[in-house]
This record gives sequence, C-alpha cells and structure tokens, in this order.
Amino acid sequence: MSGFTRHRKSGQVLANFTGFEADLLRSLASQLVELLRDEQPETPAEPDPLAALFNFSGPVDEPLDPVLLRLFPTAYAEDPEAAGEFRRYTEPALREGKEHCARAVVEALEDGGLPPELEEDDLMIDVELAPDDAALWLRALNDLRLALATRLEIEEGDEDFWEALDEEDPRTHAHDIYEWLGYLQETLVAAITA
Amino acid sequence: MVGLCHDCDVSAPSPVEVDPDLSVEEFLRADKAWVTVVWNDPVNLMSYVTYVFRTHFGYSKSKAEKLMMEVHEEGRSAVSTGGREEMERDVQAMHEYGLWATMERA
Repeated sequence: MSGFTRHRKSGQVLANFTGFEADLLRSLASQLVELLRDEQPETPAEPDPLAALFNFSGPVDEPLDPVLLRLFPTAYAEDPEAAGEFRRYTEPALREGKEHCARAVVEALEDGGLPPELEEDDLMIDVELAPDDAALWLRALNDLRLALATRLEIEEGDEDFWEALDEEDPRTHAHDIYEWLGYLQETLVAAITA
Repeated sequence: MVGLCHDCDVSAPSPVEVDPDLSVEEFLRADKAWVTVVWNDPVNLMSYVTYVFRTHFGYSKSKAEKLMMEVHEEGRSAVSTGGREEMERDVQAMHEYGLWATMERA
C-alpha cells in the first residue's frame, strides 16, 4: 500500500487498500463511533422540538474515559466553572463532528467495494475522495491515532520502548496499527496540501 | 448571547456590563484580552499541525510553521489573540481538529 496521492487533473485524493486494511480501518472507525456515543447525557424520550433546537445540555464534567478526555480537552485549565460551561456548550457538537468524520471513512470504504463481511483474500478497495471528504478523513485519522495513543499510553520519545517490545506482546500489534495510521495521515496531509 | 426581548425600547441603549475590577487599560484592550494556547503532544504530526493553523486561521505557510515549531520545541504556543467569545470559537475549532488547546488571559 502506498498511502494517499492526489490526482493532478481532477484534484481527487486517491488510495487503494487491501481488503484486510480496509476492513481494519472500518472496524477502528466504527469503534470510535461507538465510543463517541458513550457517556452521553440522557435525552428525554419525547424531546420538545423547540428545546431540541436550543439544546446546549451537554455535560459539565470531564469524561471518565481518558480517550474522550483527550478528544474533548478541558478548555480552561484553572477555572473549573468556565471549563464546565465551555464543555456544556461545545461537547455535543464536537462529538457529532467527530462521528461525522469517522462515518465518512466507513462510507467511502464501502462505496469503494468493501462488503459487510470480508471473505475474499485478494480484494482491493479503491478510495477516491473529493477535497471536502479528504479533509474529513484527515480529521478521522487524527482522532483514531489520538484514541490508540491514549490507550497505548504513548509518550514523547518512547520509540526505543516500542522497538524493544516483545512481538508476542498484544501492544506490539496495536502499535503497528498506530504507526500505519500515522503513515496514512502523513501521506494524506501531503496529498491535500500538494 | 442575545436574549429574546418583547418590548425593547429601541432608542434606549442597553447598559454595558463592565467588570468593576478592570482597569481602563484592560478595558480598552478587552478585545485582545484572551489567547488560544496549543500544547505539544506526542501524537499530532508536525505537518498536520501546520495544516490546521493554515486552514483554520488562514496563516501563511511560514507563520504556521513557526507556531508549529514553537508548540513542538517549547511545549506550547499562543496561536491567536482576541475577545473571549472569539477565543472560545478558536479553542473549539482546535478540538474539532484534535489539537490540545486551552484558553487563558493574555
């Protein structure tokens, strides 16, 4: 796999994935969607349409899950009250935006021919993205890397640790995926800004 | 936030809320009283951070790269300055892109 490239004439951003890679990306993006729907404040069964329109009833407290806390950082480090207000107004929209990006990834892979259940071994998935969709993919890839890095507890300058980690360690596989997503994102930034 | 008003007297100017603790200088520069700070983290790619600064703020490539290097080398960079609501919008936008951003008084 060679990452993303930009088609000079059309401006479309192109990539092709093996069926295995596409299935993995879809699975990661779907897990992110699930996570984004966790810890949501309860909505009433029959919401008042007017109230729904002005719905700023987001959470005030920091999310418990460290991945969600990294995706929705605390905006005021030294003012818990202002931080809570900011979270209440922004977190619902941020969650929706991130879910939208992750779903764009799943849709493009399925439009490219990824079946609901991957069965063939030699399937190739061609993805062709208009500039707007490429920007959604870029944000989704970044969110996926943030999520994985938080779970793996990746830190600045810890490359040697990951290099030396036993191949049998389950984190090795997850770290390989993290590196692969980084490669995808790097080529996508280059394709978009070329 | 603008509230709904049923019987507004259009000719009467609405009172401006002034923080009594604010000095004259602080009041005059209230439109530049806050900054958006982006913090370094081990995940975000340098190329991506530069892309975000160019895309969201419309900064030139060289300005975006300078701010990105500041984040990378000094751990943080004040990337925009303005009024409180304006900075809240910038912080929210940074969170949309997945950058770790906070706001504070300038």
